Formats: sequence, C-alpha cells, structure tokens
Amino acid sequence: MKTCLIVDDSSVIRKVARRIIEDIGYDVDEAEDGREAFEKCTKSMPDTILVDWNMPVMTGLEFVKELRSYIGGEAPKILFCTTENDVGHIAMALKAGANEYMMKPFDREIMERKFQDLDQK
Amino acid sequence: MQEHTYQAIARFVAQESGIKLSEGKAYMVETRLTPVMSKFGISSFEHLATQLMAATGELRQAVVDAMTTNESFFFRDRTPFELFEKVMLPRMAEEKRANGQPLRIWCAAAATGQEPYSLAISVLENQRLLEDIDVSILATDISQAALATAEDGLYTQFEAQRGLSAQRLITHFEQEGIAWRVKPQLRELIEFKELNLLKNLHQVGPVDIVFCRNVLIYFDVETKCHVLGKIKKQISPDGFLMLGAAETLVGVCGEFLPTREHQNLFQPTV
Repeated sequence: MKTCLIVDDSSVIRKVARRIIEDIGYDVDEAEDGREAFEKCTKSMPDTILVDWNMPVMTGLEFVKELRSYIGGEAPKILFCTTENDVGHIAMALKAGANEYMMKPFDREIMERKFQDLDQK
Repeated sequence: MQEHTYQAIARFVAQESGIKLSEGKAYMVETRLTPVMSKFGISSFEHLATQLMAATGELRQAVVDAMTTNESFFFRDRTPFELFEKVMLPRMAEEKRANGQPLRIWCAAAATGQEPYSLAISVLENQRLLEDIDVSILATDISQAALATAEDGLYTQFEAQRGLSAQRLITHFEQEGIAWRVKPQLRELIEFKELNLLKNLHQVGPVDIVFCRNVLIYFDVETKCHVLGKIKKQISPDGFLMLGAAETLVGVCGEFLPTREHQNLFQPTV
C-alpha cells in the first residue's frame, strides 16, 4: 500500500485530510510540524506528503527545502495544502520542489483530483 | 408537481434545447426551476407551465439556461485533452502548415468556459508544434448565462482548483481578489457565441476539431442523428470529433466512425 504523510498543526485538517486520503487508498501517518515530518521521513520515506505552510517549529517551505536536499528526499510527491493563496507563494513552493499546490478551503473532489494528477507526474 | 405539469415543462425543454427529460426527473426540474420562478414572481409549477406556452424571450431563456447548465471543470476526464495534444494537433498541424491554412477548433457545449479555456491552454503549451499556424477556438453554448460567465473568465478559488494544476493556474490566470481570471493571451484565442445545436449551424463555419462532449446523450436518437449530420457538414474531411466517455455512435448513425486511437474520438465517413 502507498504511504502518505500529512503535515499540519491543525488536528481538524489532519483528520479531514486523513479520511479522504485513506479512501483514495493510502496508508496515512501524521506530523504536527516540519521538524517532526522531517524526522519521520529520515526513518521511512513516504510516497506522498501533504504539507501545510504555516506551522510552529519548522514551516512547510523550510521542510520541503530541507527534504529535497536530503538523500532520498527527492522521491516523495509533495502537495502543499495551505491558506496562502497567492501567485507568489505558489511559485515559491513549486520552485522549492513541491509537485502540486492546493489552496484551503478545498473539498474531497479537489483533493482526489490533485492526487490523480500527482500519480501522472 | 403534477404529472401533466411535468410533461408540459419537459415538452418545452425538448422543443427548445433537444434535451429529452426521462421519467422521474421531476425532482431535478423542481430544483433547477424554483430559482427561476422566484425571479419572475411565478407562484407554482402549474403557472410556470402555462406561462411558458406564451412566454417572452426572457423567461424562455431563463428556463433553458437553468435546464442546460451543468457544472464543469478544467481538463475534465483528462483523456480527451491528451488525445487533443498527442493525436489531433500533430496530425492537423502538419497538414495546415503545408497548406498555409488556419486551424479551427469548435467547442460545441462550452458551458461556463472550462473546456474552451482548457483547449486554449493546450494550444499555448504546444506553440512550437503549431508555429506559423493561425489557431482559433469557437466556443458556443445554448445558455446565455453560462456563456456570459465563460466570456468573463473569472473563476472562484474552488472552480479554479478543479482540474487545473498549480503551474497552469499561475501561468494562465491572474489573481483578482480571491478569484482567478484568465489572462488575455488565453482569452484572445477564443470567440464566444450563443448557439442552439438544433438550429442552423452555418454561422459556425468550417472547422477541423470539434469537442461535443456529454451533449448528445441528452438527445433522442433522431435528434442525435440530425445534429451529427449538421456537424459533419461543418467539419473538414480529415477532421476530428471528440465525444464524451459514455457516448457511442454504434447503431445511431453512419456519419462518423471511431478512430483506432480511441473509441470516443471520431472522424467523418467519406
């Protein structure tokens, strides 16, 4: 089974996202900030990562940059999921190595389509 | 709603748009027409049915708009756009360049614009292949309201995220508050026109590629055949017709045959 790590400091978002992503067919793990996510990745690299932007300890952008320069860290598909919804943030995330970007609020249909698109990349 | 009222409304819809409402669609009709009734101050479906018989343009159009508009999203079903980029454009480009002719694409059920804009994005992303070819897209729909939205090219964050990759979003759209508007280079490729497929299609002019997805499924066999015959008159002999995933022409009529590339991609018979 494919694995997905959900990185968000909101337990509500993690719960909502987990339900959808498990339905898509992923084995899901969670982290509350970029640092915890990075540590989890160094132990076991997930296939896909859903990551928020603004989080305490380490932001999503810092996490993506650090992961992409780590050995094996180029492999996971990374999908941002954030309230930062302007062109500048989207461009910055893609440049840092994110594969896709989803703006909050989202719904099940948008999330499912983003996961399908990640499979094609 | 009483059965005879439903039948009267269904007859009106079929006559105006070709859409054949099957049995048991009363709930859908009620949901879609209730807002129209409150807008025009009509108190019951019985009154609506009566008024439709002698209705002015405005009420007729509002009912047609409400009954024909369906939610759409960008790059819907993905495969038709892959076929557009990998089969239709390369084959057409070669021929058009050799003959110095323009390439004309017709999106026959443009709805709120997601399909023609997706095609325009594909055209821009294949600029090298289409170099020196004059490409244009004609986007038509029966619904005035849907077409106005399409022409405006402004989408909510939810709509913009349905089917558009982040890269495509920031390349082809600009932000307007919390909404997203298509950039001029996309808009300039498309001409929008109100058009009822049941009526005269001469104003469409000659076309090479036709996207007519999920429209014919609402028509009965006879209407379907009639519309396909008219499309055939507009399409070039080696042109392409893309239908929806659930649409087949087997046993319907012999105007088009499926290609070997895909069962829903057709070419006109000789």
